[in-house]
Amino acid sequence: MAGALKQIWDDVAGLWSLAVGLKVTGSYFFKPQVTVHYPRQTVENLTSFRGPIELAPNPDDPERPRCIACMTCVTVCPGGCISVEKEKKAEDPRPKAPDKDGATDDKAAPKKSPKGPSRFIYDYTLCSLCGLCVENCPVHALRFSNRAYLAGTDKKAFVFDLLSQFAEAQKTQETGRIISQQSDGQ
Amino acid sequence: MNRIWESVERIEAYHVPLELLPFVRIIIGVVAIALFVSLSAMFLVYLERKVAGHIQRRPGPFEVGPHGMLQTLADALKLLGKQPSRPSGSDAILFWLAPVIAFAPILPMFIPIPFGPILTGSHANLGLLLILAFSGMNVLAVCMAGWGSHNKWALLGAARSVAQSVGYEVPLFMSLLAVALMTGSLNLSEIVTRQGTWPWEWNLFVQPVAFFVYFICSVAETNRAPFDLPEAESELTAGYHTEYTGMGFGLFFLAEYAEMMVVCSVATTLFLGGWQGPVVPGLWWFLIKVYLLLLLMMGLRWTYPRLRFDQLLNLNWKWFLPISLLNLMITAFLMKV
Repeated sequence: MAGALKQIWDDVAGLWSLAVGLKVTGSYFFKPQVTVHYPRQTVENLTSFRGPIELAPNPDDPERPRCIACMTCVTVCPGGCISVEKEKKAEDPRPKAPDKDGATDDKAAPKKSPKGPSRFIYDYTLCSLCGLCVENCPVHALRFSNRAYLAGTDKKAFVFDLLSQFAEAQKTQETGRIISQQSDGQ
Repeated sequence: MNRIWESVERIEAYHVPLELLPFVRIIIGVVAIALFVSLSAMFLVYLERKVAGHIQRRPGPFEVGPHGMLQTLADALKLLGKQPSRPSGSDAILFWLAPVIAFAPILPMFIPIPFGPILTGSHANLGLLLILAFSGMNVLAVCMAGWGSHNKWALLGAARSVAQSVGYEVPLFMSLLAVALMTGSLNLSEIVTRQGTWPWEWNLFVQPVAFFVYFICSVAETNRAPFDLPEAESELTAGYHTEYTGMGFGLFFLAEYAEMMVVCSVATTLFLGGWQGPVVPGLWWFLIKVYLLLLLMMGLRWTYPRLRFDQLLNLNWKWFLPISLLNLMITAFLMKV
C-alpha cells in the first residue's frame, strides 16, 4: 500500500519535471542559433579540422615536400586512395664514391638519386580520413589539411594531385597567405 | 426569347427561399472552411518546421522562398508528383479509401465551431456531438490503412494506433462532458457566450483539470509526439501509413494537421473563451488562441521523449480515466448542490 502511494506521489511530482523541460525548450526558442548558416556564414576556427591530406614542406628545402616515395602510405591505406610514383633519376648512372668529396649539402650527398615523388595522386572519393597514412609516414610528409569547404560538380574534381596542390600552397604562402578555401575543387 | 427569360428567372432564384437558407449557409461555410483549412495546414507545416528549428537553435527551412516560406508548396508539389503505387496483394478499395476517410471528416468538424460572434457554419445544437462523432472516423481510416496495406508491420502499427485512439477518446469525452454539463448545452456558440471576456471568466479557471486532461488526450488522439508511436514506427520500420506514397501520404499528413487545428479550436471554444477577448472580441482572438495552443503542441513535440506503448496505455487507463471520471463526478455533484 505504501509502495503504491509512493509510486503515485512520484508520478505526480514528476509533473514538475515536465514543466521544467518546457521552460528549457521554450527558452531555447529565443536564444541565438548555434549552427553556422553556410554559405552566409563560414566557420572561422578551422585549424584543427581534419580535412583531406596534403603534403608537408621539407624544412630544409621548402620548395619540395618531405615525401621520400617509400610507398608506406600507399600500402597502408585501407581504401587504396593514394598512388605514388617515385622520381626517376636522370639518365646518369649511380655516382661512385669519388663523388663524395664533391658534395656540399649533407642531405643531398649520400644519395644522388632523387628521393621524392614525381606523381602523388590522392583519390578523395575513396578516402575515409582514417589517418593511417599520416600516422605511418616515416618522415611525417603527410598531414591533414583544414579545407572544409570543398565543393565540386564532378567526381573527377575530387581526385587530387597533391604535388600541384603543394606547389600552389607554397606559392600562395609566399604571396601572403591568401588561401581561398571556397574555390577549392581540385 | 423564352430561353432568355428562363435564364433570367433562374438568376432571380438567387433570392433564396427562406427554407433553403441554412443549406446555403452551410455550403458557403464548408467552402470557406476548406479554404481556411488548406491554407492553414500549409502554414502550419511551415510553422512546425520553423519552430522545430528554432527550438533546436538552428534556422529551419531557409532556402526555398524568403526564409523558406515556399517550402510547404515545394513539398506539396513533390507529393503530388509522386507515383501513387499500391503493394501487390493489397486491397485496392481499402487502400485508396483510407486516406480519403482520414481527411474527409475533418471538414465537417469545423462547421459548428464559432470563429466569431456570427461567423459559424451552423449554430448546431449538437455541435459538440458532431465533432466528437466525426473524430471517431479516424480510427476506421487507420484500420483500413493497416489492413489494406498487405503488410504485417503496418497491421501491427495500425492495431497500436487504434488502441491508442480508442483508449484516449474516453477521458477526452468525459472532460468535454464536464464542461457541457456545466454549461447545460452542446451548442458551441452558447458555450462561448456563457464565458466572459476576461481570462478569469473563462472555463479554464473553472475546470483546469478538464482542460489539462482534454489537451493531453487530444495530443494523443492526433498521434502527435510524445504519443506518436504509430508514426515513429513509420519513420523507423513500419506503421499504418508505410505503404503510402505521394498524395495518399499527403492526405494522411494533411489530416493530421487539420485535426490538430480542430482539436485546438475545440479547446479554445470550450476552455479559453473562443472569440471573446478583453479589448475587441472577434475572430482575431479566436485565431490567436488557436495558434497559441498549436505552438504549445509543437513545443510538446520537441520537448518530451516518445512514450513507449505500454507507458502510453498505462497513462490513459490508470491516470486520465480516473481523473476525468472524478472530475465529472465532482462537477455533477457541485451542479446539484
